[in-house]
Amino acid sequence: MSSPGSTGPGATPPGRRQRLLGELRLWRPLDLAGVAAAWLVGLLLVVVAATLLLYMGYQGLQYVNLDLLVSRPQPGADQSQTGGILDPIVGTLLIILIATAIALPLAVGAALWIVEYGRPRWLARVVESGIEVIAGAPSIAIAIFGLAIFQLPLFGWASFAADGGGVFGRSFIAAGSVMSLIALPSIFATTREALQSVPRHVREASYGLGKTRWATIRRVLLPTVRPDIATGTALGMGRIAGDTAIIVLLLGATLQLQAGSDIPGVGTLQGTGSTLTSYVYNNSPTGEGNAPEKAYAAAFVLMLLIIGLNLLVAFIGRRRAGNDLPR
Amino acid sequence: MAEFPPPVRRIGADGAPNVVDPASREAIPEPIARALAPSYGPERLRIDGVSIHYAGAAKPAVNQVTLPVRQGEVLALIGPSGCGKTTLLRSLNRLVELTPGATRDGRILLDGEDVDHLEITRLRRRVSMIFQQPNPFPMSIFDNVAYAIREQAMRRPGKGVLAPRVESALRRAGLWDEVADDLDRPALRLSGGQQQRLCIARALAVEPHVLLMDEPCSALDPISTGVVEELIHELRETLAIVIVTHNLAQARRVGDHVAFMYLGDLVEYAPTEELFTNPRADRTRDYVQGAFG
Repeated sequence: MSSPGSTGPGATPPGRRQRLLGELRLWRPLDLAGVAAAWLVGLLLVVVAATLLLYMGYQGLQYVNLDLLVSRPQPGADQSQTGGILDPIVGTLLIILIATAIALPLAVGAALWIVEYGRPRWLARVVESGIEVIAGAPSIAIAIFGLAIFQLPLFGWASFAADGGGVFGRSFIAAGSVMSLIALPSIFATTREALQSVPRHVREASYGLGKTRWATIRRVLLPTVRPDIATGTALGMGRIAGDTAIIVLLLGATLQLQAGSDIPGVGTLQGTGSTLTSYVYNNSPTGEGNAPEKAYAAAFVLMLLIIGLNLLVAFIGRRRAGNDLPR
Repeated sequence: MAEFPPPVRRIGADGAPNVVDPASREAIPEPIARALAPSYGPERLRIDGVSIHYAGAAKPAVNQVTLPVRQGEVLALIGPSGCGKTTLLRSLNRLVELTPGATRDGRILLDGEDVDHLEITRLRRRVSMIFQQPNPFPMSIFDNVAYAIREQAMRRPGKGVLAPRVESALRRAGLWDEVADDLDRPALRLSGGQQQRLCIARALAVEPHVLLMDEPCSALDPISTGVVEELIHELRETLAIVIVTHNLAQARRVGDHVAFMYLGDLVEYAPTEELFTNPRADRTRDYVQGAFG
């Protein structure tokens, strides 16, 4: 056949693999051990992630069906009587909507102010570290603080007040408002970074045309950083969808949506309900409910939702690559 | 005893010659004012004793510079890096004010009006600017030019009103024939030279009286540079142009007058050929002959 060393079209080029092995022989043992450990840890993480996905998929797909998605949950000890997960799905979407509607303008406004104005400087620093503290705070701490706030008589309108003056403090308004703090840091951070990476000459081009600072922000800077805002928002939505502590403390823990007053629409916002996370929590084997299959199904739906949001982030990232500014 | 050169004239704030003994400052010769050929149009811009300090710097970035800018001429500012030519240029439309800690002394007159008394957005429409880096906005070609035209009014003019003005600006910048087919294309897809001409179109769309150019060709290839220089020649008819350039050959090609700056001082100001062939100051001669840079 072919003589050693010849490289016909079918033969493996005597290149990379052997060169790599040859190089490895020159490495010091400690380096080799380090590289091996890094590989091992990496593979282990992949295995963990894959197992999680496969297990949730296996458990979830067994129980997910259309009927489950469109029927309302019912209290009951028997698995076959506990209904579907329509209300938690609606509740999750409602919470995402309320929280994002509050967090988005606040976060973008704060980022614009910090980067484009930033005066007085001490105040800008205070705002930045404040947002960092919120980003680092455990959501259960934020939740209990939020409950204390929304139980004040001042916020009686947000849930419902008993005759004696006590305020329930748990509602979609309460949970959504507090939940906005969960999304705010990621929207703020991505927007701020994007604004900071817009080169100075782009702003100057606009000022040089006799444009005001506000026109520059509205017509040049915001359109430029819009993909980054979208990325931060999608990430924030994922965090909202996945948070449990705030829901458990602030949404009232009723499985079904229950209006807090008779005003149509607003009543629902003032009322209580559940989200996919609180549904999983309540129906898990350790929770007070007794429908672990439904919990798996809901967890699976929740994971799909969050994976969907992450795909959206990736999509936005890819789309912007073609229309990027020279940095 | 060594012979001193004759004292040189310096344009003072009141226009009166200010006689300075050159021996009192050995290193840097004083700015030299020369009689100007009266073939140019009216004086558009007068830089009058302008100094610019940056906070924390020991020496001013621009020191007592006085220069005229006339309609129909190209004034080229040359000098080594850090000589203050870009800072001086950026002071003409008060863009230097965006730099924290920058302060300016002296007056800048635009058509006889002190620029400090003009509303800043109006000033920048009359004194428009082209930057070193082509910097179109991340929008379509049309919107890049239309953005410049749109007033900050409650009712934004529609596309029908804007289209002819966008076209005329693109024509003046010599870009129309290349982009007319697809004005909705993202501006950032254009080549570097096209992007810079788009920026020129954008700057012309506000119908300025003075065009400031900060090394407009330094990011361009030689062919695009040639196109832009050709454009500068044509635009000179209707505008006063101030161009900062590192490129001496370019200054010689496009400039009608050249001002040489060194360490913030205006060393020499003269008609282009005179400055290059017969410079008065030693430092100018060394610089234009490439002794330092």
